[in-house]
Amino acid sequence: MPAIVITGLGIVSPIGLNVADFQAALFAGQSGMAMLSYPYRGKEVLFPGAPVKDFDPVRYMDAKRVSLLDRFSQFAVAAASQAYADSGLALGAAEAMRTGTIIGTGVGGIATLEESYGRLYDAEGSGRVHPFTVPRFMPNAGASHVSMALGMTGPSFTVASACASGLHAMGTAMHMLRTGFIDRAITGGAEACLTLGTLKGWEGLRVMSPDVCRPFSAHRAGLVLGEGAAMFVLEREEDARARGARIHARLAGFGMSSDAKDLTSPDLEGVTRALTLALEDAELSPEDIDYVNAHGTGTRINDATETAALKKALGARALAVPVSSSKSMFGHALGAAGALEMMATVLAVREDFAPPTIHYLGSDPECDLDVVPNTGRRHVIRAALNNAFAFGGMNAVMAVTKA
Amino acid sequence: MSQIDAVLEIVGRKSMLDRAQIVPETKLVDLGISSLNMVELICDIEEELGIELPFNANTRAKDFRTLGDVIAAVEKQLAAKG
Repeated sequence: MPAIVITGLGIVSPIGLNVADFQAALFAGQSGMAMLSYPYRGKEVLFPGAPVKDFDPVRYMDAKRVSLLDRFSQFAVAAASQAYADSGLALGAAEAMRTGTIIGTGVGGIATLEESYGRLYDAEGSGRVHPFTVPRFMPNAGASHVSMALGMTGPSFTVASACASGLHAMGTAMHMLRTGFIDRAITGGAEACLTLGTLKGWEGLRVMSPDVCRPFSAHRAGLVLGEGAAMFVLEREEDARARGARIHARLAGFGMSSDAKDLTSPDLEGVTRALTLALEDAELSPEDIDYVNAHGTGTRINDATETAALKKALGARALAVPVSSSKSMFGHALGAAGALEMMATVLAVREDFAPPTIHYLGSDPECDLDVVPNTGRRHVIRAALNNAFAFGGMNAVMAVTKA
Repeated sequence: MSQIDAVLEIVGRKSMLDRAQIVPETKLVDLGISSLNMVELICDIEEELGIELPFNANTRAKDFRTLGDVIAAVEKQLAAKG
C-alpha cells in the first residue's frame, strides 16, 4: 500500500490563528479558556469556553460572500486556504478533479440555525428567518465552501460522527488515497459550536466543568467546549517526494471501531480495539510509539477508560511514554477536535516535543500515566498516536510517523 | 403531596422499583438506573420543583451517593428559593 503523507497544514484555533502561533502556544501550555457571557431573557448567562478570538474572515474571502458562510464554514475555508498555500501546490483543472475535499463536523451551522429559530420562536422576534438559513446550516457547507474557495472538483463530502468527525474524515481521505480513488486530499475538521443552545445542551448532560478542563487530573470536573478548524493536504509519499514537497509527517495507520454498547459512556474493549487496529495498520509495535495525544476530555469516565485502554493496547509502553491532552488548552471542539489534535500530534512528531496537559492539579490513581503535567518538554518522537472517541461509541485512532 | 414525596414519586417512576425500596438510605447505584437516565431523573426533579441541582456526573460519586443526598440538595435549593 502506498504511504500517505501530510504536505500542508492550516489552523484556526482558540490558541492561534495560524500554525506558527498555534505551535508556540501549544508548546508553551497557554490556555485558550475564558468565561463567556450570553444574554438571555434580560439576564446574563455565563459558561466557560475556549473561543477563537480576533478571527477576521475577510482575510480569506470576499467581504460580500461572508454572510453566506456560517462561522464553522469560515473557519474551514481559512484553515484550508492556509494548508493549500503551505503545500506549495498550484493545481490545474485535471489535477483539481483528482483532489478530494473531505471534512468532518459534529453540528455544522448550529449558530445559524439557533439564530434563525430564535427569531422565529421568540415572542419578541421578527418571525422571519435569515434567507440563507438552509445553505449556511447544512453540515456539508464547510466542505462545499472549501472546494469552491480552492477550486477542487473531485469527490467532496462531510463526515459527521460527533467528536470523531475530524479524524474519521482524515482516515477516509487516507484510504481514498491508498486505493488510488483520488490523488490528493484537503481534509480535517471544522466546528463553531459555542452557542447558548449547544452549551445548555451539554450542561443538561451534567458533564461540563464549572471552570477549566483538567484532563487526567485529580479534581477534574468535566469538559469545556471549544471551536476552530484544522486542515491538512494529504498526498501519496511518492508523489510528494517527486515534486520536492515539504513533508510534515506520515499518516502511518488508522484504526476504527464501534463500541455497540452505550450511547455516551466509552467502552474499554471498543477503545482498545481501535488502538490495536491503528498499530496493526501502521505495522508498528507498542515499543515504536513515543507519544500519545489523548482524547482526554477531562470527564471522570473518559480519562479513566482511556488510561485503561492505553495500558491494555500498549502494555508497559503506556507507562513509559508521554500522553497529553491538548483539550486542556483549546477545549473540546467536537467535530473539529480530532483534526485540531492531529495538528498537535503532527507538530509534536515533527518538532520532537511533547506538549503539556495544563490545568493539572495532581495525580488520580485511575489516570496514572505520564500526562506531561503543566509543562511541555523536548522528547524524541519517532511515532505517535492520536485518539478521538465519539458519543455513539465511535472510535478512531491515527498513527503518525516522522517523515 | 409534599415536595419530598414528589421527588420519591419521580424516582419510583424512573426506576420502576417498588415504592417500599425507595427510601433516603437507598444508594443511587442500587436504583438500577443508567447514568444517562439518572441525568434525566435529576432534570425531571428540577422541572417539577422549579429548582436547579448542582449535579455533575463527574463528581456525583462524591456528592450524590444516596437518595438522601438528592433530597438534602432539593431541600437546600427549595430553602434558597424561599
